[in-house]
Amino acid sequence: MPNTKELAHHEEIQKRFTGAHALCAGCGTPVCVRTILNAIEEPVVVINATGCLEVATTRYPTTAWNVPWIHVAFENAAAVASGIEAAYRALRRRGKITKEIRVVAFGGDGGTYDIGLQALSGALERGHRFLYVCYDNEAYMNTGNQRSGATPFAAQTTTAPTGEKSFGKPQRRKDLTEIVAAHHVPYVAQASISDWYDLAVKARKAVSVDGPAFLNVLSTCPRGWGHPTDQSIKIARLGVETCYWPLYEIIDGQWHLNYMPEERLPIVEWLRPQRRFAHLFEPGNEALIAQIQQQVDEDWEKLLRRCEGRA
Amino acid sequence: MRLAVEHPNKLTLITGAEAAAHAMRQINPDVVPVYPITPQTPIIETFAQFVADGRCDSEIINVESEHSAMSAAVGASCAGARVMTATSSQGLALMLEIVYIAAAMRCPIVIAVGSRALSGPINIHCDHSDSMMARDAGCVQLFAENAQEAYDLMIIGQRLAEDRRVLVPVMVMQDGFTITHSAEPVALLPDEAVKEFVGEYEALYPLLDTDHPTTQGPFVLPDYYFELKRQQVDALEAARTVWLELQQDFAEMSGRRYEGFFEAYKLSDADYALVILSSTAGTAKVMIDRLRRKGVKVGLLKPWLFRPFPAKEIAQALEGKRAVAVLDRALSFGSWGPMYLEISAAIGRYLREKPVLYNYIYGLGGRDTPPDLIASVVTDMQSELDPTVLHYLGLRE
Repeated sequence: MPNTKELAHHEEIQKRFTGAHALCAGCGTPVCVRTILNAIEEPVVVINATGCLEVATTRYPTTAWNVPWIHVAFENAAAVASGIEAAYRALRRRGKITKEIRVVAFGGDGGTYDIGLQALSGALERGHRFLYVCYDNEAYMNTGNQRSGATPFAAQTTTAPTGEKSFGKPQRRKDLTEIVAAHHVPYVAQASISDWYDLAVKARKAVSVDGPAFLNVLSTCPRGWGHPTDQSIKIARLGVETCYWPLYEIIDGQWHLNYMPEERLPIVEWLRPQRRFAHLFEPGNEALIAQIQQQVDEDWEKLLRRCEGRA
Repeated sequence: MRLAVEHPNKLTLITGAEAAAHAMRQINPDVVPVYPITPQTPIIETFAQFVADGRCDSEIINVESEHSAMSAAVGASCAGARVMTATSSQGLALMLEIVYIAAAMRCPIVIAVGSRALSGPINIHCDHSDSMMARDAGCVQLFAENAQEAYDLMIIGQRLAEDRRVLVPVMVMQDGFTITHSAEPVALLPDEAVKEFVGEYEALYPLLDTDHPTTQGPFVLPDYYFELKRQQVDALEAARTVWLELQQDFAEMSGRRYEGFFEAYKLSDADYALVILSSTAGTAKVMIDRLRRKGVKVGLLKPWLFRPFPAKEIAQALEGKRAVAVLDRALSFGSWGPMYLEISAAIGRYLREKPVLYNYIYGLGGRDTPPDLIASVVTDMQSELDPTVLHYLGLRE
């Protein structure tokens, strides 16, 4: 499995994703992309859904990509990947390609949980051999922080703002990792930019399975979440330590917990440093925090039961 | 090139959908994303059976929507594969976002279209509202009158799409049910001849060439967007030249010649002209023969190409006519029929002496258009009906 030396070496021999991009300071996405691409040994073709990553890395006529890269639209990264993978199989069968190539798609949460879910589901069900990575920053950040299906309960966004009659998003986020797992694909995992080794290992496992693989990666957005740009990794780590964003994987239907915090931190540790949750700390909103804590507790218990084979 | 058909009259009784599927089998593309929709479905069913029987070996992707069909087609095409697909109506509407992108990304995808009315209300029968909706997408649009033309145009379309001066998707329209589901005699070419005619496809910048990485589909701002659109204009202009060149090759190979951009049927000496796309043009020919026997000098102009639109050539062919009736099988609410607008502009631009120009809307949602109805258009022109208003054919009012 990859180590720091190997990842750094990979970065030296082929800088797959360069620094020549316009993603914001503190954005978690380039950390996610670079870690994953450096962990994969084989040549890759990258598919990118419309979103921050695409817009900020390919302003024509410049590009930050040293690997084959394609963007078609917002909702179809998985379908485009299906086509590339089918082309790869056809051309290999017909003797026009001989080497091993990996197909990796990146989409944000809007492009994955919401508008791209159908295309993703179809591609997973068809069993294409590709890795789909959702860099999940929990809202439509490219258009300026609008609510998505990944936005957590009570978070402030511009389309579910706080106000006299609103505490932010009134619904819970959907559990996309579990939705993907329901497709019986060989490899599904949840990871975070805070845990680079775990992410790198998962990326390598993901491209080694003979079928679809999916990574849901918690990725910070200082602009949307409202935190200092030098706190990104720390905040993502708090998501893991509070068990808001547990690190786990589902290999051929078997659930495995990858990280057990020694001492679980209370959810306020995750909420407090982020401006999108600031209203929760105003007097009278204590019940909302309690509600969030309860949700996290329930989800964590459920996850533990699954990982222990009790569910 | 030698003539591939030793017995050009040896015919096979198949439907238009089957004819399109045979063309796909013979071309044997690398990737074919498929999604069912009436009346196109028998195209992909027939093709899937060909693959199942080992008669060709394309990778079929059973996608979950037409949007994904076109998305997968673009992905496969940019990856370096030869790609074909098929659709109709709502399916084309759903994939349209990506059809525009396919054209802009210069993907030579051939799309067989079984023409069908757009919802609402939902209707499964033929009109041209689906393809007319896609006319500004940047694709070449070819219209087939019958199963034979549907077959031929798929094969010609493949070469046309992949010519490096063109490199845009080619849509091949055949009328839903009227052609897709009706059996008629078709002269199929030998497999080897088709294979030789279309040749091997070599993509210019395949994504799967990982030693030469390219960034495809980047974010383009006002400083370059306009220039990229201008290149698409050039591609469609080049398609005219390439179409004409290909007809020579195709005629030598098949013995069938698509002369120019449109079929002119008894047009040169006609006083009255009908301009009609697709299967209704066939109906018109029957009526023209009858009227000719009665001494009425009427002819037909049936475009094969709608995009690029052969405006100058059509205007020249209509020069000196007393009256011209353009029959549109699609509406542009609040305006005129799409083909009428093209022909009106062509005549306005190229002719000093202009024929009286009529526009008829006909056949929406599969409304039947029998020969007598077409004869009534000629009668209207003879009786100098008001040309300043839109006319409807076969409509109850």
